[in-house]
Amino acid sequence: MAVTLTINGETKSVDAAPGTPLLWVLRDHLKMTGTKFGCGVAQCGACTVHVDGAPTRSCITPHDSLDGSEIKTIEGVDGRAADAIREAWVENQVPQCGYCQAGQIMSASALLAENPSPTDADIDNAMSGNLCRCATYMSIRRAIKDAATKI
Amino acid sequence: MFLHDIGIIPGRNDSGEAGRGRSQLTNLSRRGFVTGSGLFVLGVTLAGCSTYVEPEVDADAFDLPEAGPSPLTEVKGGDATPTLWIELEKEGKVKITCHRSEMGQQVWTSMAQIVADELDANWDDVAIVQAEGHERYGDQNTDGSRSVRYNFHRLRVAGAAMKYMLIEAAALYWKLEPSQCSASEGLVSNDQNSDTLSYGNLAELAGKLQIPAEGDITLKEPDEWTLINKEIPSLTIPKLVKGEGTFGIDVDRPGMVYAVVARPPQVFGRTGSVDDSAALEVPGVLQTVRLPDATPPAVFNALGGVAVVAEDTWAAIQGRNALDITWRDGPNASYNSESYGEELKATARRSGAVRRSRGDVSSALGSATTRIEAEYYAPHLAHSPMEPPAATAEWDGDTLTCWACVQDPQATRNTLADVLGVDKENITVNATWLGGAFGRKSKPDFVIEAALIAREVGKPVKVTWTREDEIRHGFYHSVSAQYMEAGLDEDGNCSAYLHRTAFPPIASTFVPGLATPTDGEMGLGATDVPFATPNLQVESRDAKGHLRIGWLRSVSNIYHAFAVQSFAAEMAHAAGRDQKDYLLELIGPDRQIDPGKEGAIYSNYDASIEEYPIETARLKNVVNLVADMADWGRNLPEGSGLGIAVHRSFLSYIATVIEVSVSDDGALTIPGIWLACDAGTVINPRHVRAQLEGGTIYGLSNALYGEITARDGAVVQDNFPSWRVMRMEEAPRAFEVQIVPSNAPPAGVGEPGTPPAAPALANAIFNATGQRIRNLPIIGAQGSRLTLPQDDNA
Repeated sequence: MAVTLTINGETKSVDAAPGTPLLWVLRDHLKMTGTKFGCGVAQCGACTVHVDGAPTRSCITPHDSLDGSEIKTIEGVDGRAADAIREAWVENQVPQCGYCQAGQIMSASALLAENPSPTDADIDNAMSGNLCRCATYMSIRRAIKDAATKI
Repeated sequence: MFLHDIGIIPGRNDSGEAGRGRSQLTNLSRRGFVTGSGLFVLGVTLAGCSTYVEPEVDADAFDLPEAGPSPLTEVKGGDATPTLWIELEKEGKVKITCHRSEMGQQVWTSMAQIVADELDANWDDVAIVQAEGHERYGDQNTDGSRSVRYNFHRLRVAGAAMKYMLIEAAALYWKLEPSQCSASEGLVSNDQNSDTLSYGNLAELAGKLQIPAEGDITLKEPDEWTLINKEIPSLTIPKLVKGEGTFGIDVDRPGMVYAVVARPPQVFGRTGSVDDSAALEVPGVLQTVRLPDATPPAVFNALGGVAVVAEDTWAAIQGRNALDITWRDGPNASYNSESYGEELKATARRSGAVRRSRGDVSSALGSATTRIEAEYYAPHLAHSPMEPPAATAEWDGDTLTCWACVQDPQATRNTLADVLGVDKENITVNATWLGGAFGRKSKPDFVIEAALIAREVGKPVKVTWTREDEIRHGFYHSVSAQYMEAGLDEDGNCSAYLHRTAFPPIASTFVPGLATPTDGEMGLGATDVPFATPNLQVESRDAKGHLRIGWLRSVSNIYHAFAVQSFAAEMAHAAGRDQKDYLLELIGPDRQIDPGKEGAIYSNYDASIEEYPIETARLKNVVNLVADMADWGRNLPEGSGLGIAVHRSFLSYIATVIEVSVSDDGALTIPGIWLACDAGTVINPRHVRAQLEGGTIYGLSNALYGEITARDGAVVQDNFPSWRVMRMEEAPRAFEVQIVPSNAPPAGVGEPGTPPAAPALANAIFNATGQRIRNLPIIGAQGSRLTLPQDDNA
């Protein structure tokens, strides 16, 4: 049964099994592979997208629960916070392998949109659900603070 | 790591077939430099008030003798033929082939910096072509922290040789001597006036010229470098922040279907009865494929089990959940890591095979004023790159093409040929970006699975490993037990040092029953110990492997450095001395150490001991440097402490100081880390600092939380809650790295940050609390606090 989703401002019709998580709809059905699979149980944050602006783990979010929601992914997230985060990510050379960074950028841009001058504790709270095995954590902290000075 | 170092797999340097082999990713034509059929864009520059219009160079206007073969096929490091590495497009793009796998170490950027510097290319014109797996590139095994070390010289030669030919072509056009021309930022200039010709314009003519011999070209002096040793921004990061780029798990092919595999819980467990009727009822599931049972040795083969093939990954996972499989026990069914660990510790206490010896340890121990002993234990670890293994395979008749996040596309191709019985010439392996690897993706078992399943299904198949698969079916870092004993004289100086190590060797994955730690592994932190004590002995004890044992970031250095550098601090404590001062004295006078002269069979990371000696002055230098950085010896509040460790690995010298703060109830935080690194010549200091930070945190994450256990042959942990890795809130607040300026030959940086991390942490905890850490992990998956010593313990 087709479900209509609004992703990065475009409407998409998706025919996936009921209950299929948004992650696999994005990756396998829509071929939008910027959103990553890391654990499937909302423990690593690699699959983070925005649903109506809120950071959301797409690996446990059924796609058919999102009718009428505004979904943003790494391919389309925009606005002052996201732009500042991307710029700071490049400026601070944050990513190493980069696999978790779509999720990191989605979490960080949601944080900054909500809280333009986050403290260390705010950053820890917002970002501790996003794992990085390359350990870019120190660079992420630095980049979020840099981005905060630019918005 | 290096299987040929361990003496398990012969080097697979089949004769190169330059220019042959079908490639979808590279154009390896050796006949010409130039590609692209677009219009040549004439460069216009304004010099003073005159306008210079660059003329189009017509290569056909020159009648040149046919060029001979490349004289650069066997320079140090391998083939430096410029057309193997560089392709100049007429429109200006400089395509540089990266034959190593990009996994976050920024190898795209560093390889390109080396080539483009000697080529004097315009950096903005540089684009990377990822090489397929093929012998023509020489070693592509992206592990062992050696991409720069192996390729620095030959890639410089390749860049310089192409620049030589471009200058020669310009001189020919201008009817000048090459010495009257010079090259810079993608242009050759006529030194008689201000005329220039762009590389793209010259490429076709240059491509007709003879490739110079190594003696004809002059490499730059370090002070002439414009890209090497500069903090050039990464070539991958601008793509990554937009969600662009293709990782192994992102590959898409027309008509592709998706698979996951249910594997036997034990290594060499077998598939019994299979009822797939419920799985086939799951919407989207297309079919199941039974894979052949695995038999020893494990090598890189698939593990067997049952694949579920579906229209999307989620359906495949749901289908797998619905399978009803009876697994049969295999030869590892009785493996229980807890009892095994206790036996391993007992084993390490008994004398073993001598692997290096100086003086007479047993008599020196007997006559020592003070004797101390300690035993250390470190568990199995999983790699857990954020991207789990994933591979796509597509058959076209007898021809197989794979795309996968592999560290070694050549080993992948060779293994596919062996397992599938297909001629290697009919197999193409394309390396994608790797979402982390850490040694896991050197082992292409997941690509074998994709090829086997795709052959059954008759369509392109992508196999995705879930996180549970990655944690339960890895090639695990060895569990280890080590026994250390030292004798101190009346002044507290070390007069005798004994190190006994026991661990199942990586070789057990390749040779059934092999249980003796190999010389390669012993040389990772045990037989290369740099201490000056007059009596020294390193021994090993055999241990059998019951999981697939593999190499993980810094390999045996992890447990050896943990034991050696923790024990150095224990000796300092017994002598009533400062950790740092005592460490410097243990290392002793400036000298070069050759473990081979004391009975060790020492491979020095595949490098000659003459070119890369073990230099105690460099070890001591990084110790002193990091002590200054951390303000070693400063007063700290109650419950805080600094710990230090130094370790040479992958030919680099790293010293680390860690500050910990431990609350009364045992909560541990890491306010700061300082690291000093001497890696010889460094290509990109910024990215080297990132590798050292990453290597350190990887080591700390493992030391604090990492433990893979097995019950009845099956790994117990399954996903991030039970296999724990460090999170943002636990990461250090400050991390400072200094790189020693050096023109010494380049050494490794991806792994050497890891070994000193655990002992520096353990030594800091001791200084903060009096608690000596001898068993890892320190906190574990479920814990949140240290267990603090009771009053009578220090």
